[in-house]
Amino acid sequence: MTPLARRTLLFAPLGVAAVGGGLFFGMLRDMQTGEYNPRGVPSALIGRPVPDFALPPVEGAEMPGFSQADLARLGGPVLVNFWASWCVPCIVEHPQLMRLSREGITVAGIAYKDRDADSVGFLRRHGNPFRLLAKDQPGRTAIDWGVYGVPETYLVDRQGIIRWRFAGPITDEVLAQDLRPLLRRYAS
Amino acid sequence: MIAELGHFALALALVLALAQTVLPLVGAERRDARLMAAAGPLAVGQTVAIAAAFACLTWLYVANDTSVLNVVQNSHSAKPMLYKVTGVWGNHEGSLLLWVLILALCGAAVAGFGRDLPSALKARVLGVLGLVSVGFVAFTLKTSNPFERIWPPPLDGQGLNPVLQDIGLAIHPPLLYVGYVGYAVTFAFAVAALIEGRVDAAWGRWVRPWSLAAWSFLTLGIALGSWWAYYELGWGGYWFWDPVENASLLPWLVGTALLHSAIVVEKREALKTWTVLLAIIAFGMSLLGTFLVRSGVLNSVHSFANDPERGMFILALLMFYLGGAFALFAWRAQTMVPTGIFAPVSREGSLVLNNLLLCSITAVVFVGTLWPMFADALMGEKISVGPPFFNAATFPLAVPLVLAMAAGPLMPWKRAALFPVMQRLWFAGVAMLAVLMVGYALSGHRVLPALGFAFAAWVVLAAAADIGDRVALFRTPLRNSWNRARGLPRAAWGAAIGHAGIGIVAAGIAGMGLAQERLAALSPGESIQMAGYEWRLDGVRDFTGPNFTARKATISVLRDGQVIDVMEPSRRWFPIARQNTTEAAIHTNLMYDLYAVIGEEDGSGKAVIRVHYNLLAPWLWIGAGIMAIGGALSLSDRRVRVSAPARRAAAGTVPA
Repeated sequence: MTPLARRTLLFAPLGVAAVGGGLFFGMLRDMQTGEYNPRGVPSALIGRPVPDFALPPVEGAEMPGFSQADLARLGGPVLVNFWASWCVPCIVEHPQLMRLSREGITVAGIAYKDRDADSVGFLRRHGNPFRLLAKDQPGRTAIDWGVYGVPETYLVDRQGIIRWRFAGPITDEVLAQDLRPLLRRYAS
Repeated sequence: MIAELGHFALALALVLALAQTVLPLVGAERRDARLMAAAGPLAVGQTVAIAAAFACLTWLYVANDTSVLNVVQNSHSAKPMLYKVTGVWGNHEGSLLLWVLILALCGAAVAGFGRDLPSALKARVLGVLGLVSVGFVAFTLKTSNPFERIWPPPLDGQGLNPVLQDIGLAIHPPLLYVGYVGYAVTFAFAVAALIEGRVDAAWGRWVRPWSLAAWSFLTLGIALGSWWAYYELGWGGYWFWDPVENASLLPWLVGTALLHSAIVVEKREALKTWTVLLAIIAFGMSLLGTFLVRSGVLNSVHSFANDPERGMFILALLMFYLGGAFALFAWRAQTMVPTGIFAPVSREGSLVLNNLLLCSITAVVFVGTLWPMFADALMGEKISVGPPFFNAATFPLAVPLVLAMAAGPLMPWKRAALFPVMQRLWFAGVAMLAVLMVGYALSGHRVLPALGFAFAAWVVLAAAADIGDRVALFRTPLRNSWNRARGLPRAAWGAAIGHAGIGIVAAGIAGMGLAQERLAALSPGESIQMAGYEWRLDGVRDFTGPNFTARKATISVLRDGQVIDVMEPSRRWFPIARQNTTEAAIHTNLMYDLYAVIGEEDGSGKAVIRVHYNLLAPWLWIGAGIMAIGGALSLSDRRVRVSAPARRAAAGTVPA
């Protein structure tokens, strides 16, 4: 290593600390003026288009996989639900998804890090609310969507923009207080 | 009166800390022995003053003095005495006071144990510690005065957050703070070395025990926090990659790297610049954690109530200490020339690999923790980085780390060959493959848990191979080996035991990967099957504690029709804090935990019950305990004791 390179390298920690400090300073200043609020975390990709993805089918479910183009083709609000057969709260929210599906709401399911046979068994036991079904076994698409854990549900409007995200099971309360009004708003 | 006394003691501590900063640093520069000698007594005096302030605050809590704002906000007369006392540090102001108390105690310990430390180095270390103390005592006095009065005094306090009313959480912060503050000492050594422009083996010999002690406490503190989350939050998990958890993991990762690179400085006088940098970063990470938790820039279940004004002050402190140290580093690190040279395949080489991997993991966790905040603040983009990212990004880095940590201790210094190491590890390798295959078959073809078990076997057996090799097991008569084992330096035992502890933790993580859980709404008398057990809900009843009411479920766990345990999970309601908490019931036999939580009840008498079968869950915390024991054993090594020969004589000057 040349002396100059060594000297530059020795300054690197100072540089990193200065940049980090500047960013934190800006953050705190904006918090004081109210421009920045860390607690208002609506989440990941609200108001942004669906990230690109194309997922394979769940073997044995006899439904093709789907991509973001398929979501757009549906031409209406879609609920995208990340779930897994091993996820306990998914069982809790399942009846609500079934009800929505019966009411004609399109629900697209992405089986997250699940074995095909288990996913199929789950749907056979509890019913299949999904118009579209695919699997994300490696979990890469879930990272793109910013999934925190399963179950997690996104509302995508007809333009393919994510309008709402909910981490955790969709209970009756969530359905009545949050989801129903949104579905009404984006249905037209 | 007591409150004012405490406030005064704290102000006095600030003055003493200022003197402890200025006099020894000036003295060391001028080679004035009298000024340098002032450092020790000033450090002791500062400790006494802060201890007095802390005692005052404790007294106010015990007496439930409602004319003090801090007591009103965080205590209540109905609280059990134990939690009145632990409540002293269960809030921002009190925990800060504990922080500076531990810092002062560490300074006094350096003054007391450091009899044979070169006087200039000792003066500079104590001076830098004094400077750290000045910042934090000033912060406490300026923005977080725990002795502030309130008028008119309310009749009673508002109660401690009931989630914090727990013995695990009561000792978790002190352990964690000892860890954080321990890195303040290694930081002080690093800065002192930069001022002197000299790092040698003696420096390494002093830094290693401090980083070892800090690391052991931090390990225990993190494990205790994880255990608390496990039994108190009732989610059945042990690590959630929550930003606050990550904030405590970051100094641990850097501290682990420091621990290993300090060995190279001590034994071989190489990696000096790097070790100094790590010592600075380790403390920087501790401060960053403090900043994140107390400034309000992130939201988490663990963080204190906070405001941006305090955040500004801590940020200023962080930038002052870290920026100052980095500037000094950029300016002075040029002068540090490594004297020991080594081949890539050698003990040093394996420790460099360890450092590279640990620092890569640190970088991943660091970016994953901070990126969402920065993206939000800079671009208005809301990103959440969750467990999938952390698991996916750290696992590939942990694999080579685990593989290499087995081989490193078996390599000689300077230059090694891989073949002899492999020769001594072949049985661990065979065992690893066997465990991998058996684990894969038994776990229902799950790759990751099987890999985890295989790594666990590899690490534990390699640690055994290390000891076996050193005592020449099977190569000499057993009696001879026994004598050698007794004569082995404790640091060797400590390293082997510490590494084996990591293996135990790995087995615990792998076991938890196979955990099962089930959720069901049951009426009394109904039961569900899980993991070969029948879980029967016998009933749910009311229960009253000292300051809460609760609903307690009785769940009988049956195997083959025999009741093997009766579990009583409860849901507590704290009327004063208007808050619910979950008390999981755990039945453990050290191989697995049966874990039950009671959820909501509907009107018709059904209760939601969640039951878990957590394979090897206890090993997570047992393993962490073993790691800390390894650290303690290494700390009691002869070469650490020898470097402080006058300890018995010095004991009188160190107030406990």
